[in-house]
Amino acid sequence: MMQMKTQTEKKVVTGDYAAAHGALLARPKLIAAYPITPQTFIVEHMSEFIADGKLDADYMAVESEHSAMSACIAAEATGVRTYTATSSQGLALMHETLFVAAGLHLPIVMPVVNRTLAAPIGIWCEHNDTMPQRDTGWLQVYCEDNQEVLDMVIQAYKIAEDERVLLPIMVNLDAFILSHTVEPVDLLDQKMVDAFLPPYKPKHAYLDPSDPMVVGSFAPPEYIMEARYQTEMSMQAAREVIGEVTEEFADKFGRDYGGLIDTYRMDDAEVALMTLGTVTGTARDVVDSFRANGKKVGLIKLRFFRPFPARELIEATKGLKALGVYDRAISFGSGGPSWIETRHALYGHTDIPVTGFLAGLGGRDVTPENVGMMFDSLLGLAKGQGMPHVSWIGTRGVEP
Amino acid sequence: MTTVKELPVQDYFTSGHTACPGCGGAMVARIAMKVFGPNTVVYHPASCMLIFSSTYPNNAFKVPFLHVLFENSAVCAAGIKRALNRLGKSDVNVVAFAGDGGTADIGLQALSGAAERNEDIIYIMYDNEAYMNTGIQRSSSTPFGAWTTTTPVGSVHAGKVEFKKDVPRIMMAHDVPYVATASIAYPTDFIKKLEKAKAKKGFRYLQVLAPCPTGWKAESSKMVELARMAVETGIWTLMEYEDGKYTVNRTPKFSPVQDYLKAQGRFKHLTPEDIKKIQDWVKSKWEKDKALEQVYK
Ligand SMILES: Cc1ncc(C[n+]2csc(CCOP(=O)(O)OP(=O)(O)O)c2C)c(N)n1
Ligand SMILES: [Mg+2]
Repeated sequence: MMQMKTQTEKKVVTGDYAAAHGALLARPKLIAAYPITPQTFIVEHMSEFIADGKLDADYMAVESEHSAMSACIAAEATGVRTYTATSSQGLALMHETLFVAAGLHLPIVMPVVNRTLAAPIGIWCEHNDTMPQRDTGWLQVYCEDNQEVLDMVIQAYKIAEDERVLLPIMVNLDAFILSHTVEPVDLLDQKMVDAFLPPYKPKHAYLDPSDPMVVGSFAPPEYIMEARYQTEMSMQAAREVIGEVTEEFADKFGRDYGGLIDTYRMDDAEVALMTLGTVTGTARDVVDSFRANGKKVGLIKLRFFRPFPARELIEATKGLKALGVYDRAISFGSGGPSWIETRHALYGHTDIPVTGFLAGLGGRDVTPENVGMMFDSLLGLAKGQGMPHVSWIGTRGVEP
Repeated sequence: MTTVKELPVQDYFTSGHTACPGCGGAMVARIAMKVFGPNTVVYHPASCMLIFSSTYPNNAFKVPFLHVLFENSAVCAAGIKRALNRLGKSDVNVVAFAGDGGTADIGLQALSGAAERNEDIIYIMYDNEAYMNTGIQRSSSTPFGAWTTTTPVGSVHAGKVEFKKDVPRIMMAHDVPYVATASIAYPTDFIKKLEKAKAKKGFRYLQVLAPCPTGWKAESSKMVELARMAVETGIWTLMEYEDGKYTVNRTPKFSPVQDYLKAQGRFKHLTPEDIKKIQDWVKSKWEKDKALEQVYK
């Protein structure tokens, strides 16, 4: 699956660099951003690209994340490709603006380095920054490694700018585990990226005195319901577009990410774990060692959280006896967001137990032992042993 | 100097909008758009002006119009301008029309950021001295003593206890190319300032007194008169800060403030002591204005 079709420049870079280099290749005309750990390298690299003449763009060093997204919205509405990146508190501060980006159908691309939100304040990985943004109308994709970060920034523009979609998209990468960790990454060839991603030309909404229009009108109840429906239709259309872009990218660059989800050793699997973000890499190894011991376990990698891959999950879980869903965030009073969504997606399609695992909140390491415990409980569950709906893994004061 | 008579007949903020009769904000928009003309993009935050000029599917502005949110007018205008430059349309005027609440309170951070970066935009604050769109709540630009729905007239407190925030001086502290105040009662002065702002580059800030019949509790027909009295009493200063030089454009007559205050329902509860406080405030403001002229010559 991961074989290289084109041998271009491979460099050992951080996830933040990958996110910035992807943007460099996409040639945005305006970058507006505000620094926050662990996203800071991204904005620093973007500033360097411009200072060194590698990128011809405006860099707006705005005074807040609220203003960063506002500037991107205004510039994108005027008619240019934009870029920003944030994390944690910065994303929370942007919240209000995110609805506008989606409501105005502006294909803004934004890497989010997933970091925990105060309180208690921390800087390490948790998905409780992006998960609460699930209802804003943004597409969301979670990355497993630095190569996927770079590849997805490029693909994100292609998906978001597709006329059938025209919605903004977050490319999510785990704090420190990717953002500050170096891995060899194929940095792609600019000419090939240009051929894959043509320049942005807005067709429907732009601010041009020779063709005046209103963008962002006050709307009475007679109109807003239809606007919501259109956003939902765009989100649904994104499913197909993501598939097409995945294929085209695989064809041109040799890496096939599978689309909305990816699967690993699912043939004949009796139980499976679904993961998102970097835990997927750990889980691949654990699957291998369980398989080596003759245990029929498999892995589903949740890539896109929005749109949520319901159909794909129904298909992928056929024949399983139990499914576990890993989350790095909790919706208090309910459970992990992916677990909630997965149960909703599978309802009426399967009778198997679907159990939730919480691990790694606040940036705690999720070890192979932790993941092994998840698979052990799933194998027990498949044999009819009971377990709670949601299990807290590696948490002091909680029975394992 | 262009007079009202010499302004183009053509309007770019047209009739059919839904502002109250006598709305000072609507007069600001109409005059300003005659000066800026068709090669302009406007930005509007949440405010009366957004609602009365743009309710889908209608719009009173004949130029491209963007609304994003309430507190980000300055940065949105800057984003538009930079994008237009990138598209090779650097001759387009980008103008934000924002209320006093959207400027002096919730939008001050974005305003300061854009001013510090000297973004190439024109920012017009139409100052009706309260949050009118949400039902006349106080802003930091509401004057001392004024009744609003959040500074009610009660038995312990009556009206606003604080004096008005001086946003033009905050903007002067950013040392931007142009800061000016104007009043709808002095259109020739206002037009001159709009033309100057249009001709300059960089961050330009205009604050225009825009009386509001609903919030000030006065007859629609009295709005221009009130705007004139505000200047004649010295309550509203017509000033300019241009390339580092501070000028008061008109020496007030210093007519008694109570003539102005008595003409408005929002001040009708004021005691003689309150009125004296306001008269003293005018005096000290004038002394500061004179001192500023000496400092920024
Ligand atoms: C973040 C946010 N908070 C509050 C509001 C509600 N709101 C809309 S307009 C407005 C007051 C506007 O006052 P001002 O800027 O003075 O303009 P005016 O309506 O007086 O012309 C308020 C509080 C909002 N739209 N957004
Ligand atoms: Mg107001």
